[in-house]
Amino acid sequence: MLGFILQRLWQALIVVIAMSALVFCGVYAVGNPIDVLISPDATQDIRAAVIAQYGLDQPLWHQYLSFVGRILQGDFGRSFVYNMPVSELILSRLPATLELTLAAVLFASLVGIPIGMYAGYKPHSPISRAIMAISILGFSVPTFWFGLMLIMVFAVQCGCMPAGGRGETVSLFGVDFSFLTGDGLAHLVLPALNLALFKFSLMIRLARAGTRELMLSDTVKFARAAGLSEFTVLSRHVLRLISIPLVTVFGLELGSTLAFAVVTETIFSWPGLGKLIIDSITSLDRPVMVAYLMFVALLFIVINLLVDLAYAALDPRLRKGRA
Amino acid sequence: MRDTPLSRFLVEFRRNKVAVAAALLVFVIVLIALIAPLVTPQNPYDLAHLVLRDARRPPGYIGTGRYTHWLGTDSQGRDLLSAIIYGLRISLQMGIIASGIALVIGAIVGCAAAYIGGRFESLAMRIVDLQLSFPAILLAFVIAAILGQGRYQLILALIFAQYAYFARTAHGAAAAERQKDYVEAALSIPLSSWRVVLAHILPNALPPLIVVATVQVASAISLEATLSFLGVGLPPTEPSLGMLIANGFQYLLSGRYWISIYPGLALIIFIVSLNLVGDQIRDQLNPRLRR
Repeated sequence: MLGFILQRLWQALIVVIAMSALVFCGVYAVGNPIDVLISPDATQDIRAAVIAQYGLDQPLWHQYLSFVGRILQGDFGRSFVYNMPVSELILSRLPATLELTLAAVLFASLVGIPIGMYAGYKPHSPISRAIMAISILGFSVPTFWFGLMLIMVFAVQCGCMPAGGRGETVSLFGVDFSFLTGDGLAHLVLPALNLALFKFSLMIRLARAGTRELMLSDTVKFARAAGLSEFTVLSRHVLRLISIPLVTVFGLELGSTLAFAVVTETIFSWPGLGKLIIDSITSLDRPVMVAYLMFVALLFIVINLLVDLAYAALDPRLRKGRA
Repeated sequence: MRDTPLSRFLVEFRRNKVAVAAALLVFVIVLIALIAPLVTPQNPYDLAHLVLRDARRPPGYIGTGRYTHWLGTDSQGRDLLSAIIYGLRISLQMGIIASGIALVIGAIVGCAAAYIGGRFESLAMRIVDLQLSFPAILLAFVIAAILGQGRYQLILALIFAQYAYFARTAHGAAAAERQKDYVEAALSIPLSSWRVVLAHILPNALPPLIVVATVQVASAISLEATLSFLGVGLPPTEPSLGMLIANGFQYLLSGRYWISIYPGLALIIFIVSLNLVGDQIRDQLNPRLRR
């Protein structure tokens, strides 16, 4: 088990280094941040001073090395646009995104898995067909268009839900949260629904496919033969057996929800990380872009590691094989 | 009809009425997109035909061109129906080109890894797995953001985001074929490795790749629309469906719903049909559901 963890950590490190070089080169090869920083009629002296201040006059590899050096000290540089440390900027936007992501993933799992299992348990009933139709729609409807629909129906036509922003927030342990106030909760519902749609469909589909295959298996035949009620068979045996792929997906989806949050946050003007990265791409705020991409890469590596470990914990065969 | 695997496949496919309808719909949409200039009342990219007075008119409006704008007009005065059909054409083009190239690259990587084996196989598949652990939208978004707006940049981003799915599938299928006796027999004749991979292993690894391809074309189109909506995809001069929707977004809050809604509906109808067809093919090819 320890060897397995060490091997995964070693791989993760290589990936981080590769990602940082790639992201850095890619991001620093586009556009000219000086044009964003200084007005076109600034004097040559001011120009040179700003270039020197941000280290933009150094060769690319030099900039990269000093960039890595600074990262190792936890310093991601200063945002060109906000003129504050990037790490602070990202940390200040993170809670909003995490709140949104968690709300979406929880909704998708808690609602999606039970109805997906039902659809797998009775694959030919009309309700199951309706569930699958919803799931196919959920897969096919692009997130951004579904968001527009939500805004149109609930914010413009019926006017019962706010169309954007975070609403009133409450500070808890120095971090602002929306879900603790009524107003904040109302602001959270539409974006969370929007973000949940894809995971929701995915959970339904996975739960259905898993249940459908398992209902034909010997496990279920024997459990039924032993006189267990259908509910016990489903909740004790089937749910446990389909939980392995579900946990994997749950973990991976946490990460990809963060990626899709870019879309949802743009539509609902949710002041999280996704909106920050879109803004920084349009304004060529490179330190923010680099730091965000590195942050997401790191997050994914950590999530993948955790999913692997959860796998090992859930599946005794894997635990034995690697011990 | 002779009893071939293909004919049996078609007979079974025809039993699912929904899938047949979806397949027909896909066919019709592709056809309309192909002959777009013949069926649209206006060429939406021809600036000489755009009249600003006609901009943002609701569905059913009869404009300066003296024909009815059945779906209304957009902010540039384009007939929305024409813009949607032309947009569909661009979206389709992007989806098919990107998925096609991704399919070829993925098939080569997957088959080569399965055939060569050893260190090359484990390295190649590790990279593929790693890429698969990142969501496609994120990869495409990063690449598109780095490369900037443009057709080729977008296609590159889509290929990069998608080839791994094909490589994984091709590898799985090819690795299973590699073990079989006929491959050993072909190698002992001896046929060249290239010939064995291309003429013997690849055809047998093709069915699962086709399933993945139908789903991936749909997802490439959806990805393209999302990226264009976020402003890192296609340039606004020749709007794809995603661009049309993005352009309409700002008018949505003032009640001019049609500029965003109809392109979105067109996008969804197409993607849903494609996914329905893909689902049916996958169910038919899944041996675990055959009991």
